[in-house]
Amino acid sequence: MSMWDETKRQITESQVWKSIFRHGYDDTPRNRILMVSGNIWLHLHPSKVRRHAVRMRFTWCMGGITFLMYLVTVVTGIYLMFYYRPTAEYAYADMKYLEFDMPFGMFMRNMHRWAAHGMVIAVWLHMFRVFLTGSYKPPREFNWVVGVILLVLTLLLSFTGYLLPWDQLSIWAVTVGSNMGRATPVLGYEGPFAEWVGANPIYDARAFLFGGGEIGPHTLLRFYILHCIFIPLVSSLFMAVHFWRIRRDGFSGPAL
Amino acid sequence: MAKAEKSISPEEQEALRAQRRVEQARERARRQREQSQRASLWSRRDFFGRLSWTGFTAFTGLGLLGFVRSAFPRVLFTPPATFKAGLPSDYTIGEVSEKYKQEHRVWIVREPDGFYALFAKCTHLGCTPRWLKVEEKFKCPCHGSGFRKSGVNFEGPAPRPLERYRISLAEDGQLVVDMSVVYRYEKGDWEKPGAFLRA
Repeated sequence: MSMWDETKRQITESQVWKSIFRHGYDDTPRNRILMVSGNIWLHLHPSKVRRHAVRMRFTWCMGGITFLMYLVTVVTGIYLMFYYRPTAEYAYADMKYLEFDMPFGMFMRNMHRWAAHGMVIAVWLHMFRVFLTGSYKPPREFNWVVGVILLVLTLLLSFTGYLLPWDQLSIWAVTVGSNMGRATPVLGYEGPFAEWVGANPIYDARAFLFGGGEIGPHTLLRFYILHCIFIPLVSSLFMAVHFWRIRRDGFSGPAL
Repeated sequence: MAKAEKSISPEEQEALRAQRRVEQARERARRQREQSQRASLWSRRDFFGRLSWTGFTAFTGLGLLGFVRSAFPRVLFTPPATFKAGLPSDYTIGEVSEKYKQEHRVWIVREPDGFYALFAKCTHLGCTPRWLKVEEKFKCPCHGSGFRKSGVNFEGPAPRPLERYRISLAEDGQLVVDMSVVYRYEKGDWEKPGAFLRA
């Protein structure tokens, strides 16, 4: 057996690989049917759910509430996008205008804000529940990893959204929050080993995020695009995988 | 659903399973046969397949690199990192000048043999220390860190000396401070030429 085949075998038989891709795909008529019935785009609802696995006392419905909060932020967020221009000249004034002069503007803005807070809280409670019920254990370990990625994306959504009102609070909050970027090892100019790659205040991880050495108009636009397009798209993809894996692996029951 | 399952006897189920196993084995055998026929030489399909994947990977990789590079604009509309600090003769020997502290957060110190520029940011938590002339020290109002005139810390929680900026002479004879070049004592940077201007 060649070295290539040996490495391939070692990778495809490792626990990490199997937790993500499971077994290989046998191209047989039966498997083709299973692919269709198990595809989340074609069949949203699982073909079988165990009764105990959907009990409120077991799930707390926290995953579902997180998703509901996400949908609320998407709908209210799109409403806000109609009245908000992400440039340094207009952002703050548009936020004020929305708050005080638009019918239901204040309501939508607050709804967006509270749904975002609710989503973060529900994500943590969801994680807590999954931990308590041991639902992260094999064969569901990969879905836990996907969940952790979704947690990070949720926090990034909150973080990027924080800058958009473009007032003193948001600018300084993001200044402080992004200090982590410049202290990143190798990639941040104040982090260890920065001289290896020649990182400096305008060429490092934070400048990548900011579009310069300081928070400025570039930063506002970048955060707006990350907040409204990029992170929601990536989150939606990971959510699809997350839900799909729950269906494929089966809802976990109470630990025995 | 459950009833339908029950209507199949265990024997029938076993037969179905056996049939499935036979089908899968046949399929696998067919593939292995195909593969062994190709043996070691790349088929035309292998060649084009690998060529396309290589091209795709290279194209995507280069595109990604281009994307990362495009996140750093060539021109930034931020204040310049250098400023001119007047003629050397404007300073008296032994003086710690606070002239540029308000605007640039820099002290310019005139020693008998030259100049250095200190960054007025406490190395503890980043407050701006004050120069106490009588006591000949920099004192941070936040947590009491003290630094000697050279910038070396000697009291309070500050973990390391103040940082110095690059200082040099411009064509017109004025002092120039470059705030994009930082010299740190603990790295031995203060020995470097730009950290101290001989005059």
